[in-house]
Amino acid sequence: MEFFERFMVPHPSFLIYVSMVLIALTSIAIVVGITYFKKWGYLWSEWITTVDHKKIGIMYLLTALLMLFRGGVDAIMMRLQLAVPDNTFLDAQHYNEIFTTHGVVMILFMAMPFITFFFNFLVPLQIGARDVAFPRLNNLAFWLFFMGAMLFNLSFVVGGSPDAGWTSYFPLANNEFSTSVGTNYYMIAIQIAGIGTLMTGINFITTIMKMRAPGMTLFKMPMFTWSSLIANLIIVFAFPVLTVVLAMGTMDRLFGTQFFTIGNGGMDMLWANLFWVWGHPEVYILILPAFGIFSEIITTFSRRNLYGYNSMVWSMVIISVFSFTVWTHHFFTMGQGAMTNSIFSITTMLIAVPTGVKIFNWLFTLYKGKIEMTTPMLYTIHFIPLFTLGGVTGVMLAMSAADYQYHNTMFLVAHFHNVIIPGVVYAMLAGLTFYWPKLFGFMLNEKIGKATVWVMSTGFLLAFMPMYITGLDGQARRMSTYSEATGYSTLNMVSFIGAGIMAISFIMLVWNIWYSFKNSPRDIGSDPWNARGLEWATHTPIPAYNFAITPDVSESTSEAFWDMKKNGTKLFKGKIEKIHMPNYSGLPFIMSCAFFLLGFAMIFSMWIVAIIGFIVILGCMVYRSFEKDEGYYIPAEEVEAIEKQYEKRGAK
Amino acid sequence: MKLNIKGAFLAILAMSAAVLVGCEPLLVLDPKGPQAEVQANDTIMLMYIMGAIVLVVFAILIFMLIKYRASKQSPDYEPPHIHGHWLVEAICIGIPVIIVIFLSVQSVKSNYLVENAPEEYADQEPLVIYASSSNWKWHFSYPEQGIETVNYAYIPANRNVEFKLYSYGPITSFWVPQLGGQKYAMSDMVTTLHLAADVEGEFWGRNANFSGAGVAEQTFEVTSMSQEKFDEWVKEVHETAEPLSEEKFEELLEPGHLGRSTYTGTHLEFAPAPEHNHGNSDADDTDHSNHEGQENHSSH
Repeated sequence: MEFFERFMVPHPSFLIYVSMVLIALTSIAIVVGITYFKKWGYLWSEWITTVDHKKIGIMYLLTALLMLFRGGVDAIMMRLQLAVPDNTFLDAQHYNEIFTTHGVVMILFMAMPFITFFFNFLVPLQIGARDVAFPRLNNLAFWLFFMGAMLFNLSFVVGGSPDAGWTSYFPLANNEFSTSVGTNYYMIAIQIAGIGTLMTGINFITTIMKMRAPGMTLFKMPMFTWSSLIANLIIVFAFPVLTVVLAMGTMDRLFGTQFFTIGNGGMDMLWANLFWVWGHPEVYILILPAFGIFSEIITTFSRRNLYGYNSMVWSMVIISVFSFTVWTHHFFTMGQGAMTNSIFSITTMLIAVPTGVKIFNWLFTLYKGKIEMTTPMLYTIHFIPLFTLGGVTGVMLAMSAADYQYHNTMFLVAHFHNVIIPGVVYAMLAGLTFYWPKLFGFMLNEKIGKATVWVMSTGFLLAFMPMYITGLDGQARRMSTYSEATGYSTLNMVSFIGAGIMAISFIMLVWNIWYSFKNSPRDIGSDPWNARGLEWATHTPIPAYNFAITPDVSESTSEAFWDMKKNGTKLFKGKIEKIHMPNYSGLPFIMSCAFFLLGFAMIFSMWIVAIIGFIVILGCMVYRSFEKDEGYYIPAEEVEAIEKQYEKRGAK
Repeated sequence: MKLNIKGAFLAILAMSAAVLVGCEPLLVLDPKGPQAEVQANDTIMLMYIMGAIVLVVFAILIFMLIKYRASKQSPDYEPPHIHGHWLVEAICIGIPVIIVIFLSVQSVKSNYLVENAPEEYADQEPLVIYASSSNWKWHFSYPEQGIETVNYAYIPANRNVEFKLYSYGPITSFWVPQLGGQKYAMSDMVTTLHLAADVEGEFWGRNANFSGAGVAEQTFEVTSMSQEKFDEWVKEVHETAEPLSEEKFEELLEPGHLGRSTYTGTHLEFAPAPEHNHGNSDADDTDHSNHEGQENHSSH
């Protein structure tokens, strides 16, 4: 292939050209805008170089929302293509790229940063810490993740997107059958983002283990912190597998190694095995923090404590262990025989037990409560039955003999959307609505919020319930078209309408943010929901140091703030002292840019540029190892002055 | 606005129920062979059990929401602190454990049923058909009968058919929903799928695993007929069809879609299947000594 041909998109299409122009115009508008308002300095010194966990959290949030809309547009295009039989809206190549990027974007660049936003924003506040254990590593982790995400999105207009499915099974993903550079993007962009995620995992395990407030024993940690601890432990165990398998895949594509090739000793199913050894735990990395968020919300709006705190914790621990023992259920049909299938069928079904325990605990948390149907609570209430539905279809899929009929069908597609949307996406949006006032100092509109939930659930059911039916009727997934004779057309049209309604609900979410920004009152104090966790015990907006005095929770339960409000337990003992803070640094950003350069050069096999990128990365590491950076102190007087200002505003 | 949306929500639930009830039998739930029947029975049993679980959760949720809504309670009501109760938790763990044990037993039983020859036809000699996929076709080789077809297969009814699956290219999945579930066809391993048809008729099948641009149309038909008719067909093929030459087969392997075609002789003679034992169910044999077939594929 000629050098410049590699940069072309493999299927010239009007849609792509329009997008290219739009992307170019938007980029120019952003650059011109920032220059015009002279905000480059502000961006650099306040955001790009920040080590403040709250700001890094907000940057994760923005990325996640951006990617949510990108992945959503992909989804709409897929459903539109399948809405009528024999449709020619997208050609097969384009359709393949769209479902591949939809999967990758939604799981890795939407759901992952969304939960990482909650890790960043909430965990230090919930454990009464000033920041995370390694603030600068946190900044590096974000920028690596961000550069990975942007590199992946670049594939859409330069060189073509990956087209082998989000699972990227070999040998289909190898050069022979996937000829564009798309799959190079997949291997390298996810690798860069994955390194960032691994750093996040290490950072938060350390933070939670080492930086809890005095008196906070493990079994006094708020439920979200528990779920974060478990999820980050899974990250640290699972992501190295992804790192290795992506490296092997990259070598197969770029350097002609033969790990997963046809013949020459390559083993295609080795990719599938290693991918799912990471991939199955990955879904628990997403769902456990979601469970944590729901637990925080359901206790707040039932106005009582979480039922069965200990069994909630233990069920998460058990789920995390089981999550590593079930990967083979993703390919029961590989031909490994009845014995292996039986073992993995049983281990898979076992996960239903701790998950069921959690559902019942949430239900019993409502018992004798005083239920207030706010927007976050409405998400939670919709989550319970919808997620249960997804859970039981998961048990159906776990029956390996019957799975031979569901595997690779729309039934499977319906199932995993049925757990991930009500499970993860609802939790993220519920949590976003719940913590919005803590983040930005005003509430989102409740009326629009509740309407959004109802519209979303309506769209969700319309979009995904028909897939269970067409799946049992033989509609395989990832097929770009189907004939009239199959009889799938009505239900696929319903799915498309459902997808459209879901899209409306996301537009309503944006509208809500805009509307509330314009109209919501700003004098809501720091605890507008009458909530229970330590994260609500600080001011809004949260000062850089989080808590002027480190809270002491030795006399409290896991709901320290509630104990303070109801029983008068003293949280803030001692007096204000000088506070040690970490310095901001631009180095992680520069290093991440070099990673981007290295990644891009490798994708297109431009080795000289790649070497330059690599040298810059090494240079940054060397510089860092000689750098003296001991942070700085905020003097006690300054802390006092800041605290006084809050008191004047009466925001405590 | 809120009420309208709630109304729409309920209407949709009712509509989806109507769609479910009013349909013709879905392929998977309309089995025409013993293996598919095992799977259909499992599916229906699962639907009942899972439906019951969902109903229980719905019922508890609705009860809680109606009974403990803040608007129904006095403003000074203070919810109690309830830590948990051993009996409630034992029930919440116990019942799922019992369900899982029951389903596990059922699952293991079904696994051995679908991985082996159907019991009612186990005493007969099975008909062996090698089904190999290439982009984007299916090649059916009948080594015993010495014939080969593309994109369709004839099988005798009421007889166990052993499909030996492998691929010339990406992983594909051989699936005839009404005869039984699918299994992967891979380039470096032969997997065995036991299927049988109880009745005569035409059954639609496809590659269910995404394998590239042309996958959507990678379908085929399996026709089951009486043993006599099948033997007649074999004879007819031998009388009328062209022999399959190596060049012709290479040509067939070229990516693209083709209609049906029929040949005498099979490609297995000059391009043997990548068999090295671990295609057999339950054989934990990882003997990789026989790689002849594999070397053959590396040229494609």
